Amino acid sequence: MPMFSHEARLKRQAVFDLLFRSLTRVSAFAVLVLLAAIIVSLMVGSMPAIHAFGFGFLVSSDWDPVNDKFGALIPIIGTLITSGIALLIAIPVSFGIALFLTELSPRILRRPLGIAIELLAGIPSIIYGMWGLFIFAPLFADYVEPWINKHIGTLSYIGPFFSGPPMGIGMLTAGIILAIMVIPFIASVMRDVFDVVPTLLKESAYGLGATTWEVMWQVVLPYTKIGVAGGIMLGLGRALGETMAITFVIGNAHELSKSLLMPGNSISSALANEFTEAVGDLYTASLIELGLILFFITFVVLSIARYMLYKLGQREGQAS
Amino acid sequence: MLNLYTRRRILNAVGLSVSVLAMLFGLFWLCWILITLLDHGLPALTLIVFEQMTPPPGSAGGLLNAIAGSAMMTLVGTLIGTPIGILAGTYLAEFGQRGWMAPVTRFINDVLLSAPSIVIGLFVYEVYVVRVKHFSGWAGALALSILVIPIVIRTTENMLRLVPSTLREAAAALGAPQWKVINFVTLRAARAGIITGVLLAVARISGETAPLLFTSLNNQFWSSNMDQPMANLPVVIFQFAMSPYADWQNLAWAGALLITVSVLTLNIMARVLFRQSATTH
Repeated sequence: MPMFSHEARLKRQAVFDLLFRSLTRVSAFAVLVLLAAIIVSLMVGSMPAIHAFGFGFLVSSDWDPVNDKFGALIPIIGTLITSGIALLIAIPVSFGIALFLTELSPRILRRPLGIAIELLAGIPSIIYGMWGLFIFAPLFADYVEPWINKHIGTLSYIGPFFSGPPMGIGMLTAGIILAIMVIPFIASVMRDVFDVVPTLLKESAYGLGATTWEVMWQVVLPYTKIGVAGGIMLGLGRALGETMAITFVIGNAHELSKSLLMPGNSISSALANEFTEAVGDLYTASLIELGLILFFITFVVLSIARYMLYKLGQREGQAS
Repeated sequence: MLNLYTRRRILNAVGLSVSVLAMLFGLFWLCWILITLLDHGLPALTLIVFEQMTPPPGSAGGLLNAIAGSAMMTLVGTLIGTPIGILAGTYLAEFGQRGWMAPVTRFINDVLLSAPSIVIGLFVYEVYVVRVKHFSGWAGALALSILVIPIVIRTTENMLRLVPSTLREAAAALGAPQWKVINFVTLRAARAGIITGVLLAVARISGETAPLLFTSLNNQFWSSNMDQPMANLPVVIFQFAMSPYADWQNLAWAGALLITVSVLTLNIMARVLFRQSATTH
């Protein structure tokens, strides 16, 4: 009977529908499983170190593979300081770039310049590292660091942070190169959130006689401050986890020194340098625990970033 | 004492000049890095680079095994990551209207999108390399595929959302079942955008070094066996650049130029493709 076969075909399609739907659902679920697997496997891998050192791992500055004594303090501080330097430089520059791209740039230049900034983000980090080691660091050592030593290093309070032998490699160099790397990320988020400001709002301000700078500070920034903060956190997340660029120029010294010109270490560069050469369970486990700490820190930072960006998105949805 | 009007105008002029300077500051680094790469990379980039294997220290050689290894791992990584990414992205855009799963997945995916790649390397080391007890090309490809998935999910979802609902409704009104509507209408309409996402993902992973350090490691010789440690451009560049030998450093520059040119070409291709699709729709 023709009616019957038609119904059977419909039923078959319903089965296909269910199959396809489940397939996509399983794939989406795989993302959640992936996150859980990353956390669990890192925890399992770092168990020996967690057992051996407990919470002391976080505040100990030991790093002694010979006697099997490890602590995460120096890499953690190195990661935080280099990322901090990077943000100090990157935030104002990114703001300037975003301002230029949204308000000042001639229409023809807007697209090519935007692409140029995004290309800066596309350059692999190992290239930044090589360039930093071979080109930037020698110039920095010859011209900038002697100047810093002479003019800032002699000041009474902040002096000790800026004095040291001009070697070119060190925390400050790593921070500057990180800044160049995160500028495009922060700038493109800022540009995108500045673009969501209703034109009406900006035009009203201009109509009242406000200058571009005033529109920026008193209309655009207050309207988008959550999104801007989200973009900055996103850049911070990048900076914290960045590996290769830092590994080349930070100097990889497990020493705690006051001066930013001295070599240091970061979590990611300790991993990149030592992991394949680590012998002994405790050494490997300590490095994996470093990885776990890094993942935890970046996870928190990136979650805050996404939350802020979602908030802005929601408000935009309500306004329109 | 200047009057308020002049003060405001001066402040505006200063602020805007600083903004222009910031833009120049950004472009300055881009140009400097590219010029450096061309300056050091072009002289080192001879035909030998594509014909010979990576040499022992102090002798001449090429990067053939590293280029091949990179290409293979990138290809396999993309082939594993893309289908999962497209399917999951489809779920988020087409089925995820209700329930907790889609918002949570979207959030986690966005976090994974910028998660440190070195941690992904550690993860694959823990779950794969430790089990099979040796570094291998498969492990490298696996690590790369984990980087591909979030990028493809994000672009697939975004692109599917741009497809007008009228298209879906028209197909459904003709009696097409949902899986056909999605596979033959919506996904096809979003095809150019999704390909853009895949290209961007390929660009991202072909320059990644950190996840390969603990997974594929390196191999001085030719190897097309994915079950063995495998040479790849980023790790070779890392080792050669950090070495004291001039020959190796030159090869590292050649490799750096190669990687950058291919990554930037992929990036530009993706953008051009996306722009074309945006103008035809």
